Amino acid sequence: MKRVYNKILSITGNVISVKATDVAYEELAEITTQRGKSLAQVIKIDGDIVYLQVFAGSQGISTSDEVRFLGHPMLVTFSDNMLGRIFDGSGMPRDKGPMLTELLIPVAGPPVNPAKRIIPRRMIRTNIPMIDVFNSLVVSQKLPIFSVSGEPYNQLLARIALQAEVDMIILGGIGLKYDEYMYFKNTLEEGGALSRSIFFIHTASDPIVEGLMVPDLCLAVAEKFALKGKDVLVLLTDMTNFADALKEIAITMEHVPSNRGYPGDLYSQLAARYEKAVDFEGAGSVTILAVTTMPGDDVTHPIPDNTGYITEGQFYLRNGRIEPFGSLSRLKQNVNAATREDHRAIMDGMIQLYAQYLETEEKRAMGFRMTDWDRKLLKYGKMFESKMMALSVNIPLEEALDLGWKILAECFRPEDTGLRTELIKKFWPDKGAEQR
Amino acid sequence: MNEVKTGKIAGITGNMIAVEVDGEIMQNEVGYAITADNERLKSEVIRVQGDRAFMQVFESTKGLKVGDRVEFTGEMLSVQLGPGMLTRVYDGLQNPLNAIAEKHGFFLVRGVMEDPLDYESEWEFTPLVKKGDKVTGGIAVGWVPEGIFEHFIFVPFHLRKEYTVKSIVDKGLYKVKDVIAVIEDERGREIDLKMYFSWPVKIPITAYREKLVPSDPLVTKVRIIDTFFPIAKGGTYCIPGPFGAGKTVLQHITSRHAEADVVIIAACGERAGEVVEILREYPELSDPRTGRSLMERTVIICNTSSMPVAAREASVYTATTIGEYYRQMGLNVLLLADSTSRWAQAMREVSGRLEEIPGEEAYPAFFESRIAQFYERAGLVRLYNGKLGSLTIGGTVSPAGGNFEEPVTQATLKVVGAFHGLSRERANARRFPSIHPLESWSKYKSFIGQKKIDYARDILFKGNEVHQMMLVVGEEGTSLDDFVIYLKSEFLDAVYLQQNAFDEVDAASSPERQKYVFDVVYDILKREYVFKDKNEARDFFYKLRQSFIDWNYIKMDTDRFKQQEESIKKLVEEYTKHEKGI
Ligand SMILES: Nc1ncnc2c1ncn2[C@@H]1O[C@H](COP(=O)(O)OP(=O)(O)O)[C@@H](O)[C@H]1O
Ligand SMILES: [Mg+2]
Repeated sequence: MKRVYNKILSITGNVISVKATDVAYEELAEITTQRGKSLAQVIKIDGDIVYLQVFAGSQGISTSDEVRFLGHPMLVTFSDNMLGRIFDGSGMPRDKGPMLTELLIPVAGPPVNPAKRIIPRRMIRTNIPMIDVFNSLVVSQKLPIFSVSGEPYNQLLARIALQAEVDMIILGGIGLKYDEYMYFKNTLEEGGALSRSIFFIHTASDPIVEGLMVPDLCLAVAEKFALKGKDVLVLLTDMTNFADALKEIAITMEHVPSNRGYPGDLYSQLAARYEKAVDFEGAGSVTILAVTTMPGDDVTHPIPDNTGYITEGQFYLRNGRIEPFGSLSRLKQNVNAATREDHRAIMDGMIQLYAQYLETEEKRAMGFRMTDWDRKLLKYGKMFESKMMALSVNIPLEEALDLGWKILAECFRPEDTGLRTELIKKFWPDKGAEQR
Repeated sequence: MNEVKTGKIAGITGNMIAVEVDGEIMQNEVGYAITADNERLKSEVIRVQGDRAFMQVFESTKGLKVGDRVEFTGEMLSVQLGPGMLTRVYDGLQNPLNAIAEKHGFFLVRGVMEDPLDYESEWEFTPLVKKGDKVTGGIAVGWVPEGIFEHFIFVPFHLRKEYTVKSIVDKGLYKVKDVIAVIEDERGREIDLKMYFSWPVKIPITAYREKLVPSDPLVTKVRIIDTFFPIAKGGTYCIPGPFGAGKTVLQHITSRHAEADVVIIAACGERAGEVVEILREYPELSDPRTGRSLMERTVIICNTSSMPVAAREASVYTATTIGEYYRQMGLNVLLLADSTSRWAQAMREVSGRLEEIPGEEAYPAFFESRIAQFYERAGLVRLYNGKLGSLTIGGTVSPAGGNFEEPVTQATLKVVGAFHGLSRERANARRFPSIHPLESWSKYKSFIGQKKIDYARDILFKGNEVHQMMLVVGEEGTSLDDFVIYLKSEFLDAVYLQQNAFDEVDAASSPERQKYVFDVVYDILKREYVFKDKNEARDFFYKLRQSFIDWNYIKMDTDRFKQQEESIKKLVEEYTKHEKGI
């Protein structure tokens, strides 16, 4: 059967069409141009006209270039030899290492049967109090970091990767700046974590469409390792670039846009990836942390909006800190009862007081009179921001809880805090009591 | 045997295939696209053009080719109705997920199907008709016990003529596929009746005498709903809200505590993890009304966000059809769909692939009428035996950007009887359930007198006005009287509108308790007080709030409940203004 064609009918955006038969939906093809070879994927078949999205982009493709159908959908290698290796957006080595051709597995496999899922109950400690104390991360959670460019979201990702107690890290870069890529590489190397990491890197200078496969490649490999018993942490940065690539293809294919130019299936596309997060009973797990930069710092923009509807909470990274408001770990209640008896009380109590501080701060800014209570709140708010919220704080959960009590005791009388009496008896620091 | 009608695939985009067919094609007909590996991918005709059928495929279309065979079934997309659906977890096409898990492990492998009913287990059938009786579709010929219910075995609803019972089996154990009766139409044609039959999901079941106007409240035990924005047995309501506002938690609470006989949970296009909580926890929880496991009154239709989109579209119909079927038993059924927006988006995705002319935000022109038709399937009905049955439908809406002006919210608001709008601000302030007390509404009647409710709502409105003013002029610029109104509204909010879903007692408030407690709240709101200054007023209301919240956590009918009530009343009395002075 003929698998090679030399007549390209149309080139629009990054989509080409050829006249071909016996082609399977989502099959891969290889296009040979004067620039080299590129992979392409079948995205529509209409009779004997086949439309393909070209991962390397359509620049320089000529109508007589060769299109060779490969007879299989997107595959990725899977083996322990991948550890420490760096691949590109088509799954080819990006480092100097050898091609890996062992055990090829399909990407974007079937969803997990909900009946086989279990309620996740294992906490991932990060030593970042704003996470561990206030919005605990849980094994198998899918959580985006909502941020804007300029914020240290990649630093945060790298730090979580280094400190989280997981077996493996898979980093997916989509439109990643080259120096950020180098930053990840160096940081994980220095932290001694490179040998338990796998990178799939698509950089900002690579063709946009090539970034589309990165989440699928990462998650297919992660899923396989998880089935073999590994707890895998998948880091994706930046999913906004992924969504923008989807938008570009949709516009090229003249799909009717639903909201600000984004395709109507954006929700389903994102969900298909994020829902790969799972805790397999009797095996390992996949946890997903994904940077989502918000265009225009607008959380109602279709990308963060659809993401928020899919993920199990979100971390807002703003002014270099994880915001306590808006940030949410929907799974925290599964784990924070079993840590220490004062965990939930400190979590709720400190946030409520911080909310009151913000109100007072607003009143102060408007020139209203400050009461004694207001002054206590102002002191508290400042301490909370510098000692708890700052990303530089790096302490285990228990120490963070102790610190919480210390801050409270330095600012308030026990009865001001609204905390339960038994807890105050047990945890209120003596020093604070003396100071009164 | 007539031959299987077949067609050939002519085009593929996403989950849509164009199929060239020889012979007749029926709208909504089910067919199977056969892959090279002989997987059978269930599909549904959703548009016909000449000899071309456009079909949505309920599975991934990866690997399909032009020229691949499609086999048609001659039947519309249907579910099987019979005993044994309670406690089960189905996907959007009524495949039992547990059975699939047992056979196929962790993943939902493509093309896999399992029997929706258990054909092997035996049910104790008791006949209700005898030879010679006249029957028609919707008349019960007998019943079997299913959990705590009498599950009636009906003459299938599509048999609309009059039939004579030719034979019926004796009381005894039978399987669902056994013939339990034979009926005969006027021309002497015989029809075998089994304990189950198929029904096309997109066609409403109307085998009842009449549809009535809903009037009785459906108690949810959520105070702000039952007292202020009630729902009715056979009524409809919607819960729109931005992500994280508490839609899913509110539906879960309702599914646990609502005074319905049967609860159908349609997890439509949202997180799989949320269904898992129900799957794993409900079997362990007991239904306070029956003492049995909550699962025994529950059916879960689970087509979560990474499961095929076309099946998501079908899942809402599957859930509704099963709900209508249990209504035929004279039961009060509650269908909770989370989220109807995902269902509407599934329609949008499919319509986009058909290149139909889109309406607002690319939703298809027909989506508004689809939403209306969906909620129309709710209702209170008088059955042929004179008994009442009801299907109540509550759907969450996930508006893009949290903006209620978008098409799905607006289309829904036009047709439902109650609107529980969740607010981002209330959720951020952890005021749960975050139903907005000023914007929400209900057309149904509460079990608490309207005058008292109006008075309380008035306090909320005025309190909000004072609050808005205070943001500008500060506390010092506000009069003591206005400040007290504000404190009263905050008090009402804190002790009555808010409810702790995670406290065993507070989570569910019975109508008796609501009536009792609301009277106390009403009395407190009505009174005039004497305060030296704002600080004293604040201290009083904060203290009162604390005692009241403690009261909410105490079981009714206990001594502690009485004691706490006394101490609240004493505190109130202390500051009450008395005409004759002290
Ligand atoms: N009634 C409630 N009581 C306490 N917390 C709640 C309540 N409702 C919601 N929450 C909190 O808000 C989070 C999001 O709620 P959820 O129902 O999942 O929102 P939505 O479905 O609207 O996205 C929950 O994980 C929980 O932390
Ligand atoms: Mg939800």
